[in-house]
Amino acid sequence: MKILVPVKQAEILDEDFGIRDDGRGVDPDSVEYELNEWDDYSWETALQLAEKHEGAIEAIPMTVGPENAEEGLRECLARGGERGIRVWGDAAEGSDPIARARPIAAAAKREDAKLVFAGTRSTGHGQTGIATAAIPGWPHVAVVSGFGYTRGNDTTVVRREPEGGVEEETEIRLPAVLTIQLGINEPRYASLRGIRQAQAKPVEPIAPQDLGIGPDRIGEAGSAARIRRLCIPDRGMAELIGGTPAEQAKRLLGIVNELRRA
Amino acid sequence: MADILIVSEQRRGALNPIVAEAVGAGAGLAKATGARVLVAALAEDPAEFTPRLSLAGVDEVIEVPVPAAGFQSDTFEAAALALIAARRPAVVLLAHGIDSLGYAPSLAVRGGFGFASDVFGLRYEGGDLVAVRQAYQEKAHVEMDFPGKKTVVLTIRGGSFKPPEESASPAVTRFAAPAAESRTRHLAFRDPEAGGGEDLAAADEDNVARFGEPADSGWLPKYRQAGQSGKTVSACKVCIAMGGSGSVRHLAGMKHVPSIIAVNKDPEAPIFTVARFGTVGDLFGIAREPKAQPG
Repeated sequence: MKILVPVKQAEILDEDFGIRDDGRGVDPDSVEYELNEWDDYSWETALQLAEKHEGAIEAIPMTVGPENAEEGLRECLARGGERGIRVWGDAAEGSDPIARARPIAAAAKREDAKLVFAGTRSTGHGQTGIATAAIPGWPHVAVVSGFGYTRGNDTTVVRREPEGGVEEETEIRLPAVLTIQLGINEPRYASLRGIRQAQAKPVEPIAPQDLGIGPDRIGEAGSAARIRRLCIPDRGMAELIGGTPAEQAKRLLGIVNELRRA
Repeated sequence: MADILIVSEQRRGALNPIVAEAVGAGAGLAKATGARVLVAALAEDPAEFTPRLSLAGVDEVIEVPVPAAGFQSDTFEAAALALIAARRPAVVLLAHGIDSLGYAPSLAVRGGFGFASDVFGLRYEGGDLVAVRQAYQEKAHVEMDFPGKKTVVLTIRGGSFKPPEESASPAVTRFAAPAAESRTRHLAFRDPEAGGGEDLAAADEDNVARFGEPADSGWLPKYRQAGQSGKTVSACKVCIAMGGSGSVRHLAGMKHVPSIIAVNKDPEAPIFTVARFGTVGDLFGIAREPKAQPG
């Protein structure tokens, strides 16, 4: 059985950043990339399952992104797994989370994966995971905080936490897409040896058209929304309260009581 | 002008408060275009929710019986899809939260709809629907539009729109959703371990939220962080952020709280840019103090 894990490089913005001339994005020089935090957890979930069922379950990281997105895949492969998939082409430029779901669904079909573990969201927008499920029409559960699978079963049991502090256990049929919540496990760090080995592991580049995705179904044309304008929100500053902890707490209590009466 | 549809959401009999806020958002849009505002109650016994959904600005409450007692993605998706096909609304508003995370994106894909999530601003600009959401860990706001989309599905961030205060007497209709095969099966509800953390004694009645750093340091399970799973503190009047820096996504869970009081040992923490009051200091030291003082 194969588990496909879509990951992405999250864009982390410098404190001082510029807006692009067309007003629809930020200056690329103000952006740094790191693996999306949620994806650490979804990849770890897949790795743990693959290790538990060594030889029977394979975990494969994939990404939809240009060449520099491969860094995120290598980071995953440094922790485990044998190969990765990267889908990109000029037509994919400008893809929103919905457009990105199409190559992920196509790769899952090509690999005959039975599970897709996606992050619940990315630091920017997200929700690609649940969009992915809709394309082949797979069952899906979002915000999974616990997971149990018995080998050979055509179902799996997941735990999620709806608002209100109660956990719900749900059984879901396979193949399925699960979006994984932060904190489901403790993602491992890559060893130096793992980092070295990851450089030699194959990452297959695939063009969207080779997965049967035409230019109208990816990029801006295949997206569900378009960025019209980007702006910087106004920032205020709190009224700071000084003094000893006792003085601060006293003033805070006063404020809370005042606001409560308001 | 095509209608605006709000899909309600409830858990164990309690209506999600963001639904009323979405009604406020929808009514605001409708004022600009003359659209009708429809609210769909998806529940086992939807009539139970009709009085609470009969808010000022609502033209019609549509009762949609669904076979699931709680949220079930296949059932909700099929019902919403059928309702959208029947009514052809221009805008569909859902509460941004754990349930909509589970079906809004797939609904958008299946219907070929426009889609944006966690929206906190909404308007028409020269006939184009413009939705505002955050980007880059709240450092920027992004205005989205939806060229060529006849229907746009949006999930609405809690605390960003004003719910109508008055009630009204909208028309009440019923819609029979097609039967949908449910491919997940509810097994059980469980009460997880009691939440940790030290609450500020005086704030016990307010809903004290928990933020990233205490969770990152292992004092709390990580999934309890605000702003992660749609868990927000927007319904609070006052939020005391103990040790939350606001540096990454915590702000998403609380930005629209009217009064944030931030306690953080880092005077440069971004939380202070959205907080109304702040103290620079150790959260444990300050949290213990009120217990020793009469409040």
